[in-house]
Amino acid sequence: MVRVARKSGGKVYKIAALYGVCCGIAFLFVLPLFWSFITSLKKPADANASPPNLLPSTLTLENYTRLLHYGDGIFNYFGNSLVVAMLTVIGVVFLSTLAGYGFSRFSFPGKNVLFVMILITLMIPFQSILTPLFLVLRTLSLQNTLVGLSLVNTTFQLPFSVFMMRNSFESVPRDLDNAAAIDGCDSKALLTRVLLPIVLPGVITVGLFAFVASWNEFLAALIFLTDADKYTLPIMLLNAQSGYLGTVDWGLMQAGIFISVLPCAILFLLLQRYYISALIAGSIK
Amino acid sequence: MQTIERELVAGTRWSRRRVSPGFLYVLPSLLFVVVFFLIPLAMVIWMSLHDWPLLGEPAYTGLDNYAALLGDSTFWDGLWFTTKYTILVTPPIFICAYILAHLVNSKMRWVGLFRTIYFLPVVIGLGTSSLLWVWLFNDQVGFFSFILSHLGVIKEPVLTTPNTSLAGVIVMVVWKTVGFTMVLLLVGMQAIPTELYEAAKIDGATWWPIQFFITIPLLRRTIALALIISVVGSFLAFDQFFIMTGGGPNNSTVTVVYWIYRASFTYFKLGYGSALSLLLMVILTAISVLQLVVLREPETY
Repeated sequence: MVRVARKSGGKVYKIAALYGVCCGIAFLFVLPLFWSFITSLKKPADANASPPNLLPSTLTLENYTRLLHYGDGIFNYFGNSLVVAMLTVIGVVFLSTLAGYGFSRFSFPGKNVLFVMILITLMIPFQSILTPLFLVLRTLSLQNTLVGLSLVNTTFQLPFSVFMMRNSFESVPRDLDNAAAIDGCDSKALLTRVLLPIVLPGVITVGLFAFVASWNEFLAALIFLTDADKYTLPIMLLNAQSGYLGTVDWGLMQAGIFISVLPCAILFLLLQRYYISALIAGSIK
Repeated sequence: MQTIERELVAGTRWSRRRVSPGFLYVLPSLLFVVVFFLIPLAMVIWMSLHDWPLLGEPAYTGLDNYAALLGDSTFWDGLWFTTKYTILVTPPIFICAYILAHLVNSKMRWVGLFRTIYFLPVVIGLGTSSLLWVWLFNDQVGFFSFILSHLGVIKEPVLTTPNTSLAGVIVMVVWKTVGFTMVLLLVGMQAIPTELYEAAKIDGATWWPIQFFITIPLLRRTIALALIISVVGSFLAFDQFFIMTGGGPNNSTVTVVYWIYRASFTYFKLGYGSALSLLLMVILTAISVLQLVVLREPETY
């Protein structure tokens, strides 16, 4: 009896220590974001103070209201990021659903070769084709356009998404196809009426990944967007940081960082389950 | 009769006479990949054999770009620096991820919350988090610089001093990416049968021997996979150095991708940028092939 009691006492101690360590690490992880957010609520002069003040003297949304008029206005840059991200999501979801369905439910000559060809592009870093891609976009008059950047982002996201969608379709039993066929569905109706609702988790996943990847994309946006009014959020923030329009305004910067972190953070918190499982499936294959 | 069946048959038997519907479903994706990936891929090779300005006519120069590449010390320094960065950033990521994966691999309450918090920086863009850390490390207004200089750890501005600039970038990258590796390791750990641990405990094994003789050997495939993802990602580093150090001080933190960016889009030597790109592609394809070889062997318990 004594032994059991001592053992469970030690266990409680161990659990408390585990919680302590986990909370400590969680604190370190959140700290940079928390400090940035707090600073975004400081008065501009307070945010630029050196050495920095731990806590703001007064809380104000002044940095956020000033962002409204920074450069072409934060709504312009936020809108650019949103347009590119949404076009990428639409492109990726539409293309990868069709391709996943085609690769899963049909057989045609060269199917395996084409599938492998799409997958092989996963191994080639997109950073190494940006130079000629610039010329391709220029030839198509898409260089320095949000549509061009969206098309590029869509393509970079496609191999992973086609792979994911093919697996989603593969996991649906074929019996369903036959049942639908007996009811008189053709292949288009089979996709839109029967299979699409079932593979919806896959669609959400590839859409979510496309959004996050496109929202956060930096290098392609840096190269392909040359007019300041077309900049996406990261590029606009980079210019603010490098004092492109005067000296660095740290309070404004933190407000901008908060705004650019928020959409992906919210999406991730809401759709975590899809995100993590796809991440595992995508990398472990 | 059954329409789908007819179409499926058409897809196989009649494919030579009419276009299969399956091919039509795949076609749009294929067009994207061809136009925005395969054509540029072919162009890289072609362009690398030319003196290719941004405007004006390209001139065929044969292997001149590759000859220039051999004598380009900034590139070789960059390749060495990228390798050094990859070697230095990988162990901290793995050690931290391994510890975190252990911490969150328990059935305690709120464990999901901790997993979420540790993973959260992964969904923040590398560009945005670099900008955030530039502020944290700023010698005038940055909190981390303030604390570190008070503790006497640093005397110079972090990101503009040799060595500490690399250390600063590594700290940011670990914060930003460790959650990803943690999740991969966690999934691997959860696939290990608990009987093995129970048997080891009955035999009186303690924590360290269990790690070295059970967990790590059984995780080797997961570790190899995470390692390759991390190595490839580190080798392609650009955002963090472009934003946090600007390649400085004295070009000491210029990575391969950064040098390609400069060659093509600062100096507008697109042909030379292509030659560099091709070399990068070869290096990374070699790493990817290694990945296939390593991952072919199935995990056994």
